[in-house]
Amino acid sequence: MTDLPLTKNIDMSRAPFDIGQYRQAQGYDAVLQMFKDMAPSDVLEMVKNSGLKGRGGAGFPTGLKWSFVPSGDDAPKTKYLVVNADEMEPGTFKDRLLLEGDPHLLLEGMLIAAYTIQANTAYIFLRGEYLRAEKLLREAIAQAHEQGLLGKNIQGSGFDLEIILHTSAGRYICGEETALLNALEGKRANPRAKPPFPQVSGLWGKPTIVNNVETLCNLPGILRYGVDWYKALGKGGDAGTKLCGVSGRVNNPGCWELALGTPIRELLEDKAGGMCAGYKLRGFLPGGGSTDFLLPEHLDLTLDYDVIGKAGSRLATGTMIVLDDQTCPVGMVGNLMRFFSHESCGWCTPCRDGLPWIDEIFQRLEKGGGRAEDLQILTDHLEYLGPGRTFCALAPGAMAPLGSALRHFREDFDAHIHSGGCPWRK
Amino acid sequence: MTTSTIIASSAPKVQARTLSPEETHEIDHELTLYPDRRAVGLEALKIVQKHQGWVSDESLVAVAEYLGMSAHELDGVATFFNLIFRQPVGRNVMLFCDSVSCYIMGCERIKDHISARLGIDYGETTADGEFTLLPVPCLGDCDRAPVMLMAGEQYRNLTKEKIDALLTRVQQEQTNK
Ligand SMILES: Cc1cc2nc3c(=O)[nH]c(=O)nc-3n(C[C@H](O)[C@H](O)[C@H](O)COP(=O)(O)O)c2cc1C
Ligand code: SF4
Ligand code: FES
Repeated sequence: MTDLPLTKNIDMSRAPFDIGQYRQAQGYDAVLQMFKDMAPSDVLEMVKNSGLKGRGGAGFPTGLKWSFVPSGDDAPKTKYLVVNADEMEPGTFKDRLLLEGDPHLLLEGMLIAAYTIQANTAYIFLRGEYLRAEKLLREAIAQAHEQGLLGKNIQGSGFDLEIILHTSAGRYICGEETALLNALEGKRANPRAKPPFPQVSGLWGKPTIVNNVETLCNLPGILRYGVDWYKALGKGGDAGTKLCGVSGRVNNPGCWELALGTPIRELLEDKAGGMCAGYKLRGFLPGGGSTDFLLPEHLDLTLDYDVIGKAGSRLATGTMIVLDDQTCPVGMVGNLMRFFSHESCGWCTPCRDGLPWIDEIFQRLEKGGGRAEDLQILTDHLEYLGPGRTFCALAPGAMAPLGSALRHFREDFDAHIHSGGCPWRK
Repeated sequence: MTTSTIIASSAPKVQARTLSPEETHEIDHELTLYPDRRAVGLEALKIVQKHQGWVSDESLVAVAEYLGMSAHELDGVATFFNLIFRQPVGRNVMLFCDSVSCYIMGCERIKDHISARLGIDYGETTADGEFTLLPVPCLGDCDRAPVMLMAGEQYRNLTKEKIDALLTRVQQEQTNK
């Protein structure tokens, strides 16, 4: 047993385990056992009971999502599993650790997921810039084929699976799961209307599950050590462990596997070594660029989906971005707005037109052309681009750091207007 | 970042370039992995770009014809993606992370240093065709910011000194060729 199921094999100072080393460490045992003893419905039940929630940002229960896929004799024969490895959320560097650190863990998780929903083809949608991950995944897939862990009639189970690696070419919106499906089909990656949900009608109209890399990497542990073990890993309301990162002016930035329910303070102070000398903590985005700022007073909250949610933010990707007292909060949020404005796919008007307007206001604030009414315009956008007003969650995600910054760092916005530009640059 | 070259219907018809045997061989392999020819559009563009350095109108039309789709449709895909180049780029494309963690760690100063040293801004190529500078969203190395990806190599914890050493090395390698 282990209490670090995601990272137990990972040591970034050496190459990741090849298939021999991985199997030596009991890798793929869970899958072999599954083929012997478990029907797909048994695996589904187990994943449901484990309490695993999606690690791609939204935190949706994985077992529940899978249960919407049609099964039984009347179900479509062709179904797909798609791995979302398009990691591109600003400040997020966790899936990379798994992809480069233990590629076979992902393949094993994919085998479990594909068997459960009875998909015989799986695509890994990999960010184009992740070149090392691409090379390592290609090698791992080839090794798994050689050892009969992929292909036809895997280990005599009667189950077939092919894994195909698709590398993208840089566009954040491809991480949104329906935009991702359009991209895989060779179209412009605009999101799709839901319903129908991909579970019923996804890739080429077939039932499709899209899961994040980290989500899938949780599965081998759950199958091997069981639901009780998995639940007990979490210290609070959520089950399992989570990759958590810290970037910004801290002594030891990095990414670690922590029990869900660990206090944020432990992540920031023990793991990341606290703030660099001469810098104080002003706030932080707890889970990447689309989350609301939290403040130093929130450090004793625990890393739990509900706890962070109640505090008005989201655990989301679990990679925290630290704002120190010598970085301009307006500049930091302006940087995020520039990103979201560039990456808007242009499909719906509030986002396509609203984000460039916001970006332009931030540029003026920075250079000294800020006007008092600008802050009202920014505030209005929180509503125009809020949840339910746009076609996908990109725009509401962009509003999270903006709205919370306007609440918490209002005096910095005012200072930009009154002192004719960014006071931090003078 | 991406430049859209609209092939207007009034424009003179662009002649397709002949795809090389390597290009068609690699595209054919991709075709075995998807149930639909047009699904291979992006892969095919990436293959062409790998061999040619960028995707010219002639290449675009060739790929579209090969996949049995319209050039307009394929250009819609090509221009959607940040890393498909519809203009020539330098031998070394510097994908410079300008996202939030790198911003906090001072990437703007590093970018200004690169711009000053090479005389190019984002989206531009040096006169000798050696370097193109492009901004790229978060490269997933935020704990080692600032970060840049160039010619398949990720450079981390960037400082002005590291940039100087790197640029000097690449320029020297080029002169020695
Ligand atoms: C704009 C946008 C970008 C996203 N980017 C990613 C991403 O890079 N990786 C990811 O796993 N999920 C991303 N998501 C979330 C996915 O839409 C989806 O919820 C997730 O892949 C589901 O997997 P999970 O249930 O395993 O978390 C993004 C969502 C939005 C709205
Ligand atoms: S919210 Fe933005 S990214 Fe999402 S569909 Fe609309 S324009 Fe595209
Ligand atoms: S913000 Fe630059 S690597 Fe993540």
